[in-house]
Amino acid sequence: MTIEIDSNTKRMARKGVPHELDPAAASAVEEGLRLTEKHGGTVTLVTMGISEITIGIRNALAMGAASAVHILDEAVAGSDTLATAKILAAAIKKQEFDLVICATESSDSYSGIVPGQIAYFLGVPPMTFAKEISVDGNKITIKRQSESGYDVVESTLPALVACSSGINEPRYPQLKGIMAAKKKEIKVYTAADLGLSPDQVGEKGAREKVLTIGRPPKRQSGKAISDEGEGGKQIADFLAEIKVI
Amino acid sequence: MLAKASEVGKAEAILLGPAPEDAVQTLAKHGASKIYLAADAIYRDYLTLPAAETVAGLLQKYHPAVMLFASSYTGRDIVANLCARLDCGAITDVGDFELKDGSVEATIPALGASYQNTSTLVHQGTKLLVVRPKSFEPKVNEQPLAVEEIPAASDEGLRKVHMKERVVVKREGPQLEGAKIVVSGGRGLKGEEQFGMLKDLADALGGAVGASRAAVDAGWVPYAMQIGQTGKTVKPDVYFAIGISGAVQHLSGMKTAKYIISINKDAEAPIFQYSDFGIVGDLFKVVPQLIEELKKRKDA
Repeated sequence: MTIEIDSNTKRMARKGVPHELDPAAASAVEEGLRLTEKHGGTVTLVTMGISEITIGIRNALAMGAASAVHILDEAVAGSDTLATAKILAAAIKKQEFDLVICATESSDSYSGIVPGQIAYFLGVPPMTFAKEISVDGNKITIKRQSESGYDVVESTLPALVACSSGINEPRYPQLKGIMAAKKKEIKVYTAADLGLSPDQVGEKGAREKVLTIGRPPKRQSGKAISDEGEGGKQIADFLAEIKVI
Repeated sequence: MLAKASEVGKAEAILLGPAPEDAVQTLAKHGASKIYLAADAIYRDYLTLPAAETVAGLLQKYHPAVMLFASSYTGRDIVANLCARLDCGAITDVGDFELKDGSVEATIPALGASYQNTSTLVHQGTKLLVVRPKSFEPKVNEQPLAVEEIPAASDEGLRKVHMKERVVVKREGPQLEGAKIVVSGGRGLKGEEQFGMLKDLADALGGAVGASRAAVDAGWVPYAMQIGQTGKTVKPDVYFAIGISGAVQHLSGMKTAKYIISINKDAEAPIFQYSDFGIVGDLFKVVPQLIEELKKRKDA
C-alpha cells in the first residue's frame, strides 16, 4: 500500500482511492462475527470516508456482516480524531446495539484515541486494547494489554471494545459470502443527516492542524532477492561481508 | 516530562491512586512545584472514568496552558475521554514541543526519528499532548514539597470498567535493549512454537529475540518482546525482520539499526524498502538453512 500526501492540504489523498478494509478493522469485524456466532445477533459495519469505491465495505459484508452504514460526505474530509469520533458515534446512535467493536487504531493514521472518544459520546464504558473478548449474559470481560502483561477487565453491556491488532486471524470471504454481500444493505448518510453541522466535522471541525509533513529519507536501495534454495546461505554470506560472523 | 515542563513554564503534577510513599518526593525532586494528590483506590480498581473525571475537574479549575500525558495505555484512554468531554483536540505520539504565544507546536517523529511532522491545536484552552516514552531526559530540579490533597472521584457511575486482575507476563532470554543482534518475528511465524527457531538463530549469533505487535497481540510472545512504536526501540548492529511486513509502527522501533535483513514471502512487503538485504521466500526454509550454515561456518 502506498500513501500519497497532498502537499497543499497535508492530508492523505483519499478521494478516488479505494476505501479498503483496514487489516485492524478486519480483525474487529472478525471478533464481532465470532461473538454473534456464539451468542446470536448480527454485525453492522459503520464507516466513514469520501471515496465511493467501497471495496472495504463489500469485503466486510462478504465476511458475514449483515449490513453497513456508510457516512459518505465530502464534508468529513480532514476530520481529526474528535470529529471522526463525533461522526461515527452519531451514526452508531441510530442503531440498536449491545456492543461496539473497533480497532484500536487505523494502519494509516494511528492515534489510538478515537475509540475512547466514541465511547464517551455513546455514554458506554470504554474497554480498550483488548487482546481477548468474552461475553457472558450482559457481562463482558476482556484481557487488556498492559506494559507488564495484561489486565483482566470487566464491565457490563452495552459497551465499547477496542481490539488490539492481531486479536484474531480474520476469515477470508468465501464465494457464497461474496455473492450474498451484493444483496446486503448499505445505508448512506451525510454528516448533515446525522445532525452534525458543517463546523463540527472535516477540516472546519478539526482541533488539530498539521503544520508540516516531513519526508522519509531514501535508504540505499533495498536489495531483495528471491530464494532459489540458497537464501539462508546468502544471508550467511552477507553477515560475513559485514563482518558479523 | 517534568523536566521539559519546568523548562517551558511552571510544572505541576497529578498523582492518582495508591502510590509508594516516596512518590511525591520523587515528583518534587524532578521539578513538580505542586502535586495534586488523591490516593483513593478507585483509580486503581476502575479504569479511565474516575481519573478522567478528576483531571477534567482540575483542568477546568486551573486552566493550564498544556497538559502532558505519557503515551501509555492508560494515558491514551484518559486523553480520549478528556477530548470528548471538553470538546478539545489532542496531539498523540509527541516527541517534543514548543510554546509560542499561547499556542503549542508539537513535533511528531516518524520512522525512528529519521523525519518529522509538526502539528498544532487551534482551539482555546488547555492543549493536551500525549508524549512518547523517553522523549525528554529526566533532570533533578528540587522543588519544595507542596502537596494539595484533592477529593477523590466517588460517583457510582464512574465504577464501570472494573480492573479485576493484573497479570504480569515474565520474559525470558537476553535483554533486547543493548543487544548487538536482534532477531524479530511477526505474523508470518504463524505461531508460538516457531519462535523457538528464532531463538536458535539468535543464540547462534549471540543475539536477542524480539517481535512485532502482531505476534504479541496474537499471544505468541509477551509484550516485553514487542518492538515498535508502542513497544521497545532498539538500535542493534543487525536487525532481522522475519515474517514482518514492516508497518510504520514497527519501523519506528528498529529503523536506526545499522543493517536490516529481512525474510518475507511477499515481495511487495514494505520492509524490503528499508532492508539492506532481503530474501523473498519461505522463512521456514530460509531460517533453518541459515542456522545450519552458521553452525557449519563456526565449526569450519
